[in-house]
Amino acid sequence: MNEFVETLLDLPWQTCDPKPAYDVVIIGAGGHGLSTAYHLATRHGITNVCVLDAGYIGSGNSGRNTTIIRSNYGIPESVAFYQHSLEMYQQLEAETGCWIMHSQKGQIWLAHSVTTARTEQTRALMNQAMGAKTDYIGPDEIKRLCPQIDLSGGGRYPVHGASYHHEGATARHDRVVWAYAQGALRAGVHVFQHTPVTGLLRDGDRVTGVRTTHGDISAGTVISAVGGNVTTVADWAGVRLPIRTHALQAFVTNAHAQEFAPIVSSNDLVFYVSQGPRGQMLLGAEYDRFASYRQATSFSYLQSVSKKAITMFPFLAKLRIMRSWTGICDVSTDFSPIMGDTGVPGFMISTGWGTWGFKAIPAGGEQLASLVATGSAPLIEPFGLDRFAKEAAMADPSSAGTR
Amino acid sequence: MLWVECPNCGSRPFEEYRYGSVFPVTPAAVTDPDARNVDYAWMQDNIAGITLERWFHEAGCRRWFTARRDTTTDVFLPVTD
Repeated sequence: MNEFVETLLDLPWQTCDPKPAYDVVIIGAGGHGLSTAYHLATRHGITNVCVLDAGYIGSGNSGRNTTIIRSNYGIPESVAFYQHSLEMYQQLEAETGCWIMHSQKGQIWLAHSVTTARTEQTRALMNQAMGAKTDYIGPDEIKRLCPQIDLSGGGRYPVHGASYHHEGATARHDRVVWAYAQGALRAGVHVFQHTPVTGLLRDGDRVTGVRTTHGDISAGTVISAVGGNVTTVADWAGVRLPIRTHALQAFVTNAHAQEFAPIVSSNDLVFYVSQGPRGQMLLGAEYDRFASYRQATSFSYLQSVSKKAITMFPFLAKLRIMRSWTGICDVSTDFSPIMGDTGVPGFMISTGWGTWGFKAIPAGGEQLASLVATGSAPLIEPFGLDRFAKEAAMADPSSAGTR
Repeated sequence: MLWVECPNCGSRPFEEYRYGSVFPVTPAAVTDPDARNVDYAWMQDNIAGITLERWFHEAGCRRWFTARRDTTTDVFLPVTD
């Protein structure tokens, strides 16, 4: 199967304007917003739901990531949550009938020093304890899984070993968004594109709805699934967030023969590489160090990531950069997501998705829907906004970009 | 490429600089001392627009300076005080 084999996409859009009131209004029709709507409708029978987006569906960070699905995180709560999400991804094609181009590749997380090797061994053991399939492997096994690697790291970054995450995978980002949009629309959820939210309706403390360019809509619960501009939305509700917005860049090269099987990351060099279904090599690294809302690619970034990647994979030097993109991601102060109640009645949030949001789309939506419908969502309980005041921050040493 | 005005070195390429942080401001409306501590430790203004922040000229004079910057364009503006 390749990307040019198009399956019929059927998005049964509603033909009406937004109704004056819904049970739940979700701001942001990206992966998380649509997944929440989908799970509200299919798991809990709550279909009087409206999802609003300033652009088109999946036009924000859902369309500006590197589509990696993994659960090899550094704290038990995270591993449990992301492992559940990873397993939901494995079932998503069967559940929705949509081809999301899910491809299990395995992820090799390289260690170039004794200290990092120890960190990776710790990660493997902790992952195993929490049910994620991660093993520590040596250089021979790495070379077998990925023959293109230069184990000497250009003489400067020798490979000591790696943690190997067996279930590491990728999926096509648009198709994940479309799968959830289709499921939600079929269940009767309304999804309005090009309908920016301009403010929140308040009644005292309570949030009672949203102000949009197409009129006011009242809601029992308003959920912000906004990426990038979440601080603006939270400000309307008077909620302070431990979020700083950073640009995250990535790029692909021209097509190369389909022979690069795994996803390879390097802890010490800070970059990762995988191969897309069209043969493009996809490269990414950490987010830009300075806070910014500008979705711009910088030449210095392309240069530094290319240099690092070529150190480990000399064949990349012959390829050309074809396309780059930049998302603005909400990085939380403890590098873990923030989901659930905000302390303001009627206003819930799903944010802090930093550089780890795509892999969490199924479980994030499922758990948030469960919280709205039943008041309980065990997997995201540790990730509430109130954790900071409770001195229970979820500092995760293994989420991407945590350095 | 962005060029940034260093008070000591003049206009230099953006890549020479390192971001420090914004000046943290806890809203006056937060009056409870514990809540103020939590706010100071964790919360961010995260302004989409003009911010006042500290930058370090790492590959130049290696001195810290205060900058005004528009976070929606990354353009540095003259510091007025």
